[in-house]
This record gives sequence, C-alpha cells and structure tokens, in this order.
Amino acid sequence: MSVETQKSPQPAPESETSEDRRWNTALRDIVSSNASVIVFAIIAALLMAAVLVAAANAEVQRTAGYIFARPSDFFTAVWDAVSGAYWSLFRGAIYDPEAQSVVRQFKPITETLTAATPLIFAGLGLGIGFRSGLFNIGAQGQVVLGATVSAFIGFAFDLPVGIHLIVAVLGGVLGGALWAGIAGYLKARFGANEVIVTIMLNSISGFLMSYLLTTDAFKREGSNNPVSQRVLDTAMFPQIMGENFRLHAGFLLALIAAYFVWWLMERSTLGFKFRAVGLNSDAARTAGISVNRIYLYVMLVAGGLAGLGGVSQTLGTEGVLQEGVAGSIGFDAITVALLGRSRPVGIIGAALLFGALRAGSPLMQTASNTPVDIVQVVQALVVLLIAAPPLVRAIFRLPAPRKEGAA
Amino acid sequence: MKKFAQIAAISAAAALALAACGDAPQESPTNTETSSTSGDTAEAVDFKGCMVSDEGGFDDNSFNETSFSGLLRASEDLGIETGVAESADAGQYISNVDSMIQSSCDIIFNVGFNLADVTGQSAEANPDQHFAIIDSGVDPARDNVKPLLFNTHEAAYLAGYVAAGVSETGTVATFGGMNIPSVTIFMDGFVDGVAKFNEENDADVRVLGWDKEKPEGGSFTENFSEIGKGKELSEQFIAQGADVIMPVAGPVGEGAMAAASEHEGVYVIGVDTDAFDKYDSYRDILLTSVLKAMDTAVFDTSEAALGGTFDATPYVGTLENGGVGLADFHNLDSEVPAEVKTKVEELKAAIIDGSLVVESPSATTVE
Repeated sequence: MSVETQKSPQPAPESETSEDRRWNTALRDIVSSNASVIVFAIIAALLMAAVLVAAANAEVQRTAGYIFARPSDFFTAVWDAVSGAYWSLFRGAIYDPEAQSVVRQFKPITETLTAATPLIFAGLGLGIGFRSGLFNIGAQGQVVLGATVSAFIGFAFDLPVGIHLIVAVLGGVLGGALWAGIAGYLKARFGANEVIVTIMLNSISGFLMSYLLTTDAFKREGSNNPVSQRVLDTAMFPQIMGENFRLHAGFLLALIAAYFVWWLMERSTLGFKFRAVGLNSDAARTAGISVNRIYLYVMLVAGGLAGLGGVSQTLGTEGVLQEGVAGSIGFDAITVALLGRSRPVGIIGAALLFGALRAGSPLMQTASNTPVDIVQVVQALVVLLIAAPPLVRAIFRLPAPRKEGAA
Repeated sequence: MKKFAQIAAISAAAALALAACGDAPQESPTNTETSSTSGDTAEAVDFKGCMVSDEGGFDDNSFNETSFSGLLRASEDLGIETGVAESADAGQYISNVDSMIQSSCDIIFNVGFNLADVTGQSAEANPDQHFAIIDSGVDPARDNVKPLLFNTHEAAYLAGYVAAGVSETGTVATFGGMNIPSVTIFMDGFVDGVAKFNEENDADVRVLGWDKEKPEGGSFTENFSEIGKGKELSEQFIAQGADVIMPVAGPVGEGAMAAASEHEGVYVIGVDTDAFDKYDSYRDILLTSVLKAMDTAVFDTSEAALGGTFDATPYVGTLENGGVGLADFHNLDSEVPAEVKTKVEELKAAIIDGSLVVESPSATTVE
C-alpha cells in the first residue's frame, strides 16, 4: 500500500505532458481534500467497529478458544459476524432485498431520510453558530422546547387543516428560538459564556418538559403517566409517500431550510456579518458591526432551526410528547455539524449518514444480534477520526493538502 | 511505524498463543441445524418470543432487565427462539417494534408504559400479531394485546408495615426514581402500610419522602442512573432520623444501601427482585424486598402463547397469585419482632381474601 501511494506525490518526470501533470494534480487534490479524509475516516471507523462486532460475538469467542487447533472455524465465525452485522445494517438503512413486499424493500431508505430529518434541522442551527464563533451546545434544549410547544399547539387547539400545521410549526420555531435567545441575550448583554449557559438550559428544558407532562394541560385524561395527549391529525406533517412510509413533509422542509441557511450565510448581509464576527469579532466590531446584536441574532436563528428538529419529531414521527422524545438529537447534531464542516450540504450528508446508522440499528440488533451500542461506537469513531485528519492521512498514507489550497 | 507493527504482531501472537490452545470440538454427528438460541435443557420449538425495551435498556437493573430475564428463562426452559430490540431513546420505539413485526415473532413483549401508544397502533395495523405490554394497558383495549399489570401497592403495604415495626427511631423513608405511576405505586402502598401500623399500635412512625396527599412534594432522584443521588438523598433521610429506607429507583437504590451501610442500624428495602440475591455486599442491611414478578409474568405468557392459549385478558399480579410479594427477611430475620411477622401474615391473608383493600391512584384499573 505504501509503495504505490508514495509514488504519486513525486514530481512528474520531464517527459510527461502537461495534460498528465494536470491529472496528477487533480488526483492529488482529491485524495488530500477534506472530503476524502471524511470518506476514509468512515471506512476506518467501520473497520474498527468490525473488530468490536467480532469480539462481541459469542461464536467468535467460542471458536477463538481453539484457534490453533482449527483456525478455519474462527475465521468463518469472524466473517459471519461482521458480514452479518453490516449486511443487516445495509438492509435496515438502504434497501432490503430479503423483504416480503416491495413496500418493505424500499422502506429502509425512507427510514434513513426520516431519521436524518431532525438532525439536518438541528445541525444547520449549530452550524450557523459555529461559523459565527458561538459554541452553542444548547441544541438539545432547543429541540425539547420546539417539541413541547409544537405538540401543545398540536393537541390543545382545534384549527382548520393546513393552518393548524403552520401555526404548530411556527410555534415550535418560536419556542426553540426564544430558548436559544436566552443564551444569546445573556451573552450579548452580560458576556455570559454561551457554552455554560446553553448546557444549563439543556437541563432546565428537560425538567420543564417533565414538569409540564405532570400538569393537566398536557396529561391525558384518566392517566397519570407522563405522556401527552396525541397531536391532532390536522397538525401532523403529511406523509409524502403514503401511509406505508413514515417519511413526512418535514424532510422537504429540512431541505428548504438547508437552502435558506446557504442563502443566509453566503448571500445575505446578515450572514456576512455572522461570518465576519465568527472569523474575528474584534475586526468586525472595528468595521462597525454590532457584535453583541449579532450574537443574539445568531442564537435566535440557530434556536429556531433546532426547534424545527423537535417539531419534526412531535408532528412528523411520534405524534406525542413524552420523556425522551428528543432523544439525543441535540448532541448528535453537534457531531453532524462538525462532520459537515458547518456547511449545509455537508450537514445534509452527515445527517444522512447518522440517519442510516440509526435506521439500520434495529435490524442489526434483531437479525444479527449485534449490540445496539456498536452503532454508537461507530458514530463516535467517525467523529474521532474526522477530528484528526492527520491521523486518517497517516493510516491510509494520503498526501497532505497543498498549502495554497488549504484555505 | 514498522517497529510498532512488529511489536504489535508479536504481542498479538503471544496473546493468541496463550489464550488459544484449546482443542477443537468434535464435529457433532447429529444434525446441528437447530436454533443457536435454544439451550441444552429444552428442545427447540418453532416459536419466537420477542421483546422491545424502553430507553432504559435490558441492563437497567430494573424492570426491563427483570422482564428480559423472564424471556431468557422461557428460551432455556421451553426452548423458544428469542428476538430482542433495545431502544436507545424514545425515538426508536416505533422502528424497534416494527422490526420485531418483520422478524416474524409469535409474541412481542413491549416493556413499559412508554410503549403503550406504539403497541396500540401496531396492534391495530397487525391484527394477527400477538402482543403483551408490561405495566400498562392500551387504549382502546385490543384483543391481540395482553396487558401485564402489577398491584405492587399490596406488597409495598406489607413492607411499610414491617418497616414501621422494625424502626427504632420512629422514622422511615422512601424515595423514587421519577414521579411516574409505576414508581409511586410502591410509595403509596408503603405509606399506607406505615399508617396501618400506627393505627393498630397507637404509634407515630413518620414517613419521609412521600405523602399521598401531596405528590408534588415527594422525593425523587429524577433519573434511574445516578447512584450518587440516591446516596445523597438517603444521607439526608438518615440525618433526619430515618432508619428504614425503601428506594424505588432501580439501580439508584444501591446508593441507599451505600448510605445505610455507613450508619449503624439503618436498613434498606429492595424492590422488583430480591435485592439479597443481587447485592452480596449489602446482605446485612437488606431488610426485605418488594417483589414484582415481571419475569414470571413474561414466562407464563410465553408459555400460554406457545401452548396456543394466548388471550388478551389482562394479567394482574397480586399477592394472591404471587405476581407481587414480600421477600424473606434473610439475615435480618431476628430483627423483625414476632408479632410484626404474625401481623404481616394476617394482613396478607386479609388482602388476599378481599377484606382489606389497599388503594393507590397509580394502580392501573382494568374493566
């Protein structure tokens, strides 16, 4: 492996035409780019997880006991465990050729899109913060508030079809935005550290939801369980592929939101200010930008987007507010945003990857008896490796990016 | 890099050489195509029992784990095949139940009230699929869903009576993991049992941590994972004089045991399964346990379904049918006054014959 890859960065011989040289440069740019680091990081993470899958497998453990007496048993067991796990991951996340019906065969990919939806929303919100120099850890709380407000509007009010959904979605956006706005305001007005404030607001939001679920306004009649009433059908996102699939219009909204974020950050004056503050807040202030006001705006926009992540749970898939409805979306979204380099397209890609891992995990558990935790380990390994591009380059012997292309 | 690889290879080889000298088993002459999940004790049968956990997971030291052990026992004793899906968070309930339906289970156990909605919906969409749900019913009731419910307050009532009878300080305490019915049902029974003791013996034993009239003032750790919080709460109770504590918080209960073990004469009452069997190091402070036999309910339901006699009539675990109960006093048997023991037996008989009714607003009633 080392021999062939080390050849490519060598300067091209004199005799080579400029055409060849251009291809050489292009190839080198591709393998040294951030995108290829991400692809190789994912491959490396899957390989490392394969070791764990094999190690956790009972059959592998048993055959390892007599590996020298009959090694074929051991290697067969390893192969069965690893291929079984990844094959069922693929079946659960992309396409299932073993399913009984056509609907079932294609359902996995729609499940991936469904699982990716809240991550896209929350990841977009966090991405804006990261590019504006705000390390917002509070997406979890904003997701919870978005879920709470939208669910409440969804079951407590009786509004006409269409209007009900719009009002509930806007309510969720507002809930998330205001929740994040608290951190933004404290940062702008008093210079409070947004990392600490948003983490604390996460805890508060969790307890607020637990409390609200014990009140009569949320509780179901005749039940003491902390589960809210069901969101009325008029407030639910329409299912875009019919009854058989859970994929809902929230996914389309997520794509629109991604376009909006791109436009906001790359084309609008406000986005320009966001980025200016993120690159150098002192320079931005000198240039006449009100940095404190920008902090507040960033948090409002980020919180509104994260709130939509909660909305897509309550009005899209679950239809009910209960403990854990927000899962760990807010925290996974931090990873998604970092993985996607805080850019909309990258975030969609990262969210799809995480959505696929999530959608595939039930089948991975049931069909191949792989512990559900392995999926989380894969996620963590991907992040770990992506956070250290030089490590991935060292493992796969990728050339380092050229200095002038690094910007 | 090369050197590192050499060292790694040598150590790996050494490790394998040490670990892997076993003999290969003989190829079995008989047909080995049986299910790998079947144990040695029972012959494999063509029946698959499946289970979906709530977000606690099957290693929660609490109701998911107890239910799961019932399924494992069914797999060993009855030879049924099993399928399990563990939920990492609430967002996975729908897909996990769905994946169970896909893996052609004969019966699907859903653990916890959190899965009630999902169970109802998939039961409606799959009318031929049998379900059982633990700690909840479904609304509306369906004839392919069997609720497994427990009158835990009956057993906790006896525990409350014992606690009051054993207490030297006249103060006992209880706390919960979360303010949810499946937890507070224990605490309701406990305070009523203490009240019964006070009434009969003209005593004035106080209960800290729970008041049926003021449920918002109860003591809760707000999660089922932080053992430290359980210890902290228990320390406070002990400082206020409590010498018997009943934690209803799954694994967090160990915090109460840790706190009690540091103080002379403070005892703990376990919940769900007999804590005496589980916490070896705390055997001398475990007074008794309030048993909630979810494993038996799961086993019995699997057995009935296997025998083709599945029905949707709710199973309600009571003192009468042994679905709930009070564990032995084990090492602390001598600490429990004889008249308390006699009285507990009387109360148990009274509850069973219906002359004494223990009530809890958290009990799930079924028509």
